[in-house]
Amino acid sequence: MTLSIENLKAGYGNTQVLHDVSVPNIEGGAFVGLIGPNASGKSTLFKTLAGLVTPTAGLIRIGEDDVTQLRRKDRARRVAYMPQAFGCNALLTVFESVLLALKQTTGWRVDDENLDRVSYTLNALKLSHLANRGVSDLSGGQAQMVAVAQTIVRSPEVILLDEPTSALDLHHQLSIMTSIRNEMDKKKPVVVAALHDLNLAAKFCDRLVLLRDGVILADGKPENILALSEIGETYRVHTELEHTKRGALYVDARLSA
Amino acid sequence: MTIDVDATDMRRAYAAQLMRRYAMIALVGGLLGLSFFLDVATGPGKYSLSVVFDVLTDPLSHGVRLKVIVWDYRLPVAITAVLVGALLAVAGAQMQTILNNPLAEPFTLGVSAAASFGASLAIVMGISVIPAVGPLLVTVNAFMFALLTCGFILFATRLKGVGSETMILFGIAIFFTFSALLALMQYMASEDEIARIVFWMMGSLSRASWEKIALGALLLAVAIPFSLLRTWPMTALRMGEATAESMGVDVGRLRVEMLICISLLAATAVSFVGTVGFVGLVGPHIARMLVGEDQRFFVPLSAIVGALVLSLTSLISKSITPGIIYPIGIITSLIGVPVFISIILSTRRERLS
Repeated sequence: MTLSIENLKAGYGNTQVLHDVSVPNIEGGAFVGLIGPNASGKSTLFKTLAGLVTPTAGLIRIGEDDVTQLRRKDRARRVAYMPQAFGCNALLTVFESVLLALKQTTGWRVDDENLDRVSYTLNALKLSHLANRGVSDLSGGQAQMVAVAQTIVRSPEVILLDEPTSALDLHHQLSIMTSIRNEMDKKKPVVVAALHDLNLAAKFCDRLVLLRDGVILADGKPENILALSEIGETYRVHTELEHTKRGALYVDARLSA
Repeated sequence: MTIDVDATDMRRAYAAQLMRRYAMIALVGGLLGLSFFLDVATGPGKYSLSVVFDVLTDPLSHGVRLKVIVWDYRLPVAITAVLVGALLAVAGAQMQTILNNPLAEPFTLGVSAAASFGASLAIVMGISVIPAVGPLLVTVNAFMFALLTCGFILFATRLKGVGSETMILFGIAIFFTFSALLALMQYMASEDEIARIVFWMMGSLSRASWEKIALGALLLAVAIPFSLLRTWPMTALRMGEATAESMGVDVGRLRVEMLICISLLAATAVSFVGTVGFVGLVGPHIARMLVGEDQRFFVPLSAIVGALVLSLTSLISKSITPGIIYPIGIITSLIGVPVFISIILSTRRERLS
């Protein structure tokens, strides 16, 4: 299974946000980091991939299927998108909130397999201790991890995560990214995550796509992308790519003079 | 393996939670049955519970007089209380869900005010929206205006960029508009007509009839399965609009479908008994505290709690002063509100059971 984005154009009303975006051949099991400054079009790209924004041109393909032609429900079954908004005042437990995400694309009745999948997902993301907590009682970081669980539980072919770590402390950033990677190794979905932390992206992603002003500036392996001068230019900082003693990539950034 | 134990625990906890919810529905349903029976058994003519029970099971067991009292007078009133309470509470529950606002209900969104204006238009001017309805003039007018108001809210939601906050503002604007028009009607009305308008607005179950009951029951029989079919998207909507959409819910379409359903429920309830505020607010609120917001339990329990509240109201309205039936609109607010506030204050934090 391969996700391909070809010459995608999209926007809101008369404002075009994405100009001819192409990201070819994202293999199943690949973790793609979508990087780029604020307002570069990352969320719009996700919404277009998820079908919440209709593209004005271009193709989105999963394998041979044109995703834009799928019915909303079929599309939601194959592409799961986690928006940036999370946290709510509903009187539902975490377990119920993950179950309801799964029930959008499975039949009306709750069967044992549904319950197994919810339990499995909460365990896999190390959230089982929160299962019976109310979603409105969660901290921002906990709510964000539950939102990831709501996406993963559906076992889709494509998982789109819009800033999955923005509210998390260091431990939970590493924990959730590791859990996502472990799940990917089992089911081989395509995962695309918008990330602001370049070091986190370097650590977990197989491929980085740099987006600025709705245009793809670079696409490739983290060590190649992060070494580009475009990184510094795009973020309007001065960057140097270093290798730590343990061999990890480290982006040292400071404000340009 | 610890993981397996965790998973079993989670599933066991969920199963226990479901059992508690079924038990809660059965309990409140039992209370409703009791309240309904006491409502039928209470009245100016003091008959013992066993006599009333006999007449209910065998109409002619104690003669024609008792059959007429129980079957033609008390039963329609008691059933209307149950039906209207359920209609208002289901409408309130669904309005609150689709507008993401716990204050939404037919009364706060101006539907009741519109119905009152429709009724007053019929009483003062004798103007009918639908010609040749005869004695049903006031009811039909109230219904049409309530429906038109819901239609307007519906139309407003279809306008581009209208979110739930804007819809509530629309509701408040409608409320004030129709209140002003109602005041105008009262200003133009004769003393006798003012009395009729005021009496209509206070809410009364005495306008009960078997035809209305059949219509209300039919609506409820359609509306509850209709919303149960949409239970998962509606529950998803409680996670927020963006999240629901990301899960594949067509939020715009869901809102429109549910608003059509709500319009019929609210317009019917209000045109049957007049202005009864509070039930559409308190029914869903208590149901939410008891079973949370999984709509599979929330909607049916809202209906049952709403029915119980109005059934108790009917009982109380007859019991305060023997021989006098107070308007239910007054009772729901005067007795219901303190009870409601004490419920809110006594549960420090809303809990999930």
